[in-house]
Amino acid sequence: MQLSTRHLLGIKDLTAQDIQLILDTATQFKEVLQRPIKKVPSLRDVTIVNLFYENSTRTRISFELAEKRLSADTINFTASGSSAAKGETLLDTVNNILSMKVDMVVMRHSASGAPHFLAKHIPAAIVNAGDGINEHPTQALLDAFSIREKLGTLEGKKIAILGDIMHSRVALSNIYLLKKMGAEVTVAGPPTLIPKYLQQAFNVNVSYNIEETLKWCDVANVLRIQLERQSQPLFSSLREYNLAYGISRKLLDSLNKEIVIMHPGPINRGVEIDSDVADSKQSIILQQVENGVAVRMAALYLLAGKRTEN
Amino acid sequence: MKTILTNEQLQLTIQRLSHQLIENHFPFTDTVLVGLQPRGIFLADKIVSAIETLYPAIKLNYGKLDITFYRDDAHKQLHVANQTTIQFSIENKKVILIDDVLYTGRTIRAAMDALIDFGRPAKVELCVLVDRRFNRQLPIQPDYTGKAIDSILSQKVTVDWEKPEVILL
Repeated sequence: MQLSTRHLLGIKDLTAQDIQLILDTATQFKEVLQRPIKKVPSLRDVTIVNLFYENSTRTRISFELAEKRLSADTINFTASGSSAAKGETLLDTVNNILSMKVDMVVMRHSASGAPHFLAKHIPAAIVNAGDGINEHPTQALLDAFSIREKLGTLEGKKIAILGDIMHSRVALSNIYLLKKMGAEVTVAGPPTLIPKYLQQAFNVNVSYNIEETLKWCDVANVLRIQLERQSQPLFSSLREYNLAYGISRKLLDSLNKEIVIMHPGPINRGVEIDSDVADSKQSIILQQVENGVAVRMAALYLLAGKRTEN
Repeated sequence: MKTILTNEQLQLTIQRLSHQLIENHFPFTDTVLVGLQPRGIFLADKIVSAIETLYPAIKLNYGKLDITFYRDDAHKQLHVANQTTIQFSIENKKVILIDDVLYTGRTIRAAMDALIDFGRPAKVELCVLVDRRFNRQLPIQPDYTGKAIDSILSQKVTVDWEKPEVILL
């Protein structure tokens, strides 16, 4: 058994079997993380560079920890404080790093498609850690892992993705993944934050009513409002957004059923989700973060196995 | 194709291995049994149930260990990982590793590395159903052997737990 792809650029390129293999392998790595020594020697011969052209807390730490738990050697690169600030191109930067014998590149970039561009020009295996508004594959994988852990399976489950769909790479990766694994998906939020033709392109339900969507779903994945990516105002104010589309305790209590609350972080408390929801027993936000390390270990481990094939 | 152990011989061999373990480790207060995933589990299950049938009062500590992430050929060939369940401490315990076929010794090397990540055992012993004695690539020998056989590299030993029997292909 192995992956059908050399790189992890997006969920779009993965088959259902690939996803299954990554999630199953992650289950075994989660057990490794419970041991007294939370480390295995699998990637002792692998060097990985973490190339972050955009800010990150969870993803960067999670990848770095996953690499260390696999015994890989790691280098960290952040755009600020590097020669990128002096005008060096992405390709030059990466080629210079690779000439020091690096096997894999984990990269985040604000430009959609940056990792795909790199994959065409360099020999190393590339893992996309978020590219612009395109994809964030490991986040979707860890979301799927967390849902599977909580509900047993993804197949036939009703998953709602709420909020800023337009600017969210998490939303796109999640939609690809959930549809491939046989889940039902509804996206909901203000009309200005949901792209047109989403329904036709991905066969997902689109709703502008949060309450109805919450009544329908088993799991609600609440997304952050990405103000930094909005070039023009798409809703009148954060306060108004919270009143119309935010997830409050009162709203959840009115549903008469217990749904699972997820959020990829960072949370804007009091905007898309209220504190008493984010910190409640229904929320698995911190489990998502915990599972992130195991899922990234699985992805890196399986990709490293493909590395020497060619 | 040659049958190494028939169904009847296999049952006797499992009984003998169980009795040897009892002889050396009774009452198993400081001893734990660890079967190796994926194929050593079948033998380990049978040994555990044989011991527990003979001494129903005994509570054996029995775990399963997967060595996939400790293999030395990860860059050549990917193996699917299996479940590891070791729900007890192995610190200062005598650990009996159980596998079906001992061949090059590389699996056991990886198993010892994996085991030591769970604690420092007082002693590690090895129990195997079949020892392919002239094919070792590492200095590793079993403490309990079901049957030692002479075989060449191109041959394959298969333990068919459905029938059950052991055959040489």
